[in-house]
Amino acid sequence: MRVALFVTCLVDTISPSAGRATAEVLERLGHEVVFPEEQTCCGQMHANSGYASQAVTLARRFVKVFSDPAIEAIVSPSASCVGMVRDHYPRLAREVGDEELVKECEALAPRVEELSEFLTGRLGLVDVGARFPHRVTYHPTCHGLRGLRLGDGPLRLLRGVRDIELVELPDGATCCGFGGTFAVKNSDTSAAMLADKVRRVLDTGAEVCTAGDSSCLLQIGGALSRGRTGVRTMHLAEILASSG
Amino acid sequence: MKGFPAAARRELSDTQMRANVGRATATIRAKRNVAIGELPDWEELRERGATIKDEALLDLGRQLERLEGAVVAAGGEVHWARDAAEANEIVVALARGAGARQVMKAKSLATDEIGLNDALAQSGIDALETDLAELIVQLGGDTQSHILVPAIHRNRVEIRDLFEAKLGERGLSTDPAELTAAARRYLRRRFLEIDVGISGANFAVAETGTVCVVESEGNARMCTTLPRTLITVMGIEKVIPRQEDLGTMLRLLARSATGERMSPYTSLWTGVTPGDGPQAFHLVLLDNGRTDVLADEVGRAALRCIRCSACLNVCPVYSRTGGKAYESTYPGPIGAILTPQLAGLREGQTLPWASSLCGACYEVCPVKIDIPSILVHLRGRVVRERGAGSSERLAMESLLKVFSTRRRYEAAQKVAKVAGRALSSGDRKVDASLPGLSAWTRQRDLPVPGESFRDWWRSRS
Repeated sequence: MRVALFVTCLVDTISPSAGRATAEVLERLGHEVVFPEEQTCCGQMHANSGYASQAVTLARRFVKVFSDPAIEAIVSPSASCVGMVRDHYPRLAREVGDEELVKECEALAPRVEELSEFLTGRLGLVDVGARFPHRVTYHPTCHGLRGLRLGDGPLRLLRGVRDIELVELPDGATCCGFGGTFAVKNSDTSAAMLADKVRRVLDTGAEVCTAGDSSCLLQIGGALSRGRTGVRTMHLAEILASSG
Repeated sequence: MKGFPAAARRELSDTQMRANVGRATATIRAKRNVAIGELPDWEELRERGATIKDEALLDLGRQLERLEGAVVAAGGEVHWARDAAEANEIVVALARGAGARQVMKAKSLATDEIGLNDALAQSGIDALETDLAELIVQLGGDTQSHILVPAIHRNRVEIRDLFEAKLGERGLSTDPAELTAAARRYLRRRFLEIDVGISGANFAVAETGTVCVVESEGNARMCTTLPRTLITVMGIEKVIPRQEDLGTMLRLLARSATGERMSPYTSLWTGVTPGDGPQAFHLVLLDNGRTDVLADEVGRAALRCIRCSACLNVCPVYSRTGGKAYESTYPGPIGAILTPQLAGLREGQTLPWASSLCGACYEVCPVKIDIPSILVHLRGRVVRERGAGSSERLAMESLLKVFSTRRRYEAAQKVAKVAGRALSSGDRKVDASLPGLSAWTRQRDLPVPGESFRDWWRSRS
C-alpha cells in the first residue's frame, strides 16, 4: 500500500524518533511510505486557542499537500492531530462557510488514520514483528481515548510485542495535563495534574511509559526527566519498531 | 497573572482542600459509574434528555408563557426578572410583604447567582440556609466550591470544629450521623418559626405549572411545605414542555448527580392547594444573561445543563483546583462555559482556557453538552473581541506565516535547533531559567531539538 506519512510538526521538530519509527514499522510491513515534504502544521494549536480563521488557512494547505490520489492512506503517529484533521476540519470549514473546503475535508477524513488504528483496523494486525524486553506502561491519551475512540487497539499491539512486560497504568484515562497551550497558560494546574500522572507511572515500576501522542509524552517525559526517575518515555511506534 | 490561573495557584497550595476534593470526587465518580452501568439504554436516555431541553430552549418564550399561564391558573403568581437586581428587588418586596424578618432557604444556585442573601440582609432580613452543606458554608463565612456538594472542600474534622464553635454544641465526635443530628437540632426549631420559604427549581413543567425540586435531606421539602409563603427563583432555562419529560430528566439527574437511582426526596407542587402547604406561591423567572446565551448557536447548549455536577467530578482540573478557583457560582467545566457567557464574555475572561480539553466532561454529561467544543468556541469569541494587536494574536499570526510555506517552516526548525543548542547546558535539555519558557521549564525538562524528522528522511534517500 502507498502510505503518506503525516508526521506532525511536533514530531518533525521535537520528537523525530517517533516519526522515524512510524516509517520503519510501515516499511517493515511492506508498505511504500512517502513523505510529502510540503507538510507543516495541521493548525490544531490555532484552532484550540480560538484562532479559527488561521486554522482554516492551514486546513486548506493540508488538504492540498495530501491531495495526491495515488496515496491510499495517510498515517500519523498522533491521535490529536488526526482528530484535528478528521473531526475538526469539516466543522471549521463549515463555520467559515466554505462549502468547497467542507467537501474536500470530508473526502479526506476517512483516509487519515492514527498509526494504531491503521495497523489494527485497516491492516488487521496485532503482531508487527517487534521485540521489546522491558517493563512498559501505556498512557491512553485523551485524544486517542475519547477523541478517536481507539479502544484497546494500542494495547493489543503492545501485547503482540515479544518479551514485553506490560503493566496497567492506574487512572490511565485521566489527562496528563498537557492540553497544548494549557500547559503554559495554566502551568500550575497542569503541573498538579502531571504530578499525579507521574506518581501513577512510578508506582507501576515500569522502565518505559508509552503513548500514542508525542505531545503528552513531552509533558510526562519532561517531569520524569526533571525528577531523575530513570523512567523513559517512548512513543508507541518506537516500541513497535524495536527488534530488541 | 489574574483570573483562573492566579486563583488556581492560590487554591492549589491548599493541600488539605486538594486531598478532600480528590477523595470526595473519586467516591462520587465511582458511585455514578455503578448507577449508569445498570442502565442498558443510558445513551438513548442522554439523547432524549438533550432533545427535551433543546425543544424547550428553542421555543423558550412560548414555553415560559405556558408555564406562567399554568402557574397562575393553579393559584400562583409569576414574576419576570431581567437581571439579578430585579430578581432581588422582587424577592425582598415579597418577603417584606409577608412580614418576614427571617426566611428559610432550600439549596438554590439561582439565588446564589444573584446574591440574594446579601440583598435580603441589606433589607434587614436573615436568610437561613437549610441544606446541610450550604449551612456549613454559611456558618463558616465560606464560599461554595461544588454545585451539588458546596462544602466538598471541608472534611468532617473541620465541620465538627465549626459546629462546636457556631452551634453551641459540645463534645461532638466526627461521626457524620452525629454531626448531621447537631445540624438537625439547630434547624428544626427554625423550621417551625420561620414563615417564608425560598427555593430554586430543578425543573418546571410548562404544561401543568408544576415545579420540581430534588434533594437528599428533606430540608428543601420543609422549606417548600411548612411556611405560609413560598418564593421560587428559577432560571428561565429550567422549563421543560411536558409532565412526562420529568421521567427522563429525573432519571438522568439522580444517577449523574449522586449515583442514586432516584433522589431521596423529589418534591413537586403546582400553584397553591387550599389548606395544604404554602397558601401563597410566587415563581420568579430569572433571565440574568440567559437570553444572551441563547443567542449564541454554539454556546446555547450550556443552557441544557441540569446542574448534576458529573462534569465537575470527572474533571482533572476541578479535582485539583477545587471549585473556588473558578470564582463563580458555577465551577468546573460547566462553569467554565456558563459563567463567561452569563457575564457577557467581557475582556479578561480566563475561564474558557481553564481546561486541557481532555473531553471527560462531555463523556459523562447527561444532556450531552459538548463542553470542549463550546470552550474552544468561547476562546474564539474572546480572541475576536480582544481585537487585533494583542501580543498573543501577533504571535499566532507569525506562527501562521511560518506554517504557511515549507521554506519558512524549515528555516524556523533550523533556528529552533540552533537556539536550543545555544540555550542548553550540554545535557540536551533547555536551560530551565529562560524567562519565556519558564512556565514549562519550572516543572519539566524540555528536550533540545536535534536533527528533524525531515532531515533524517532526506539523509536516507
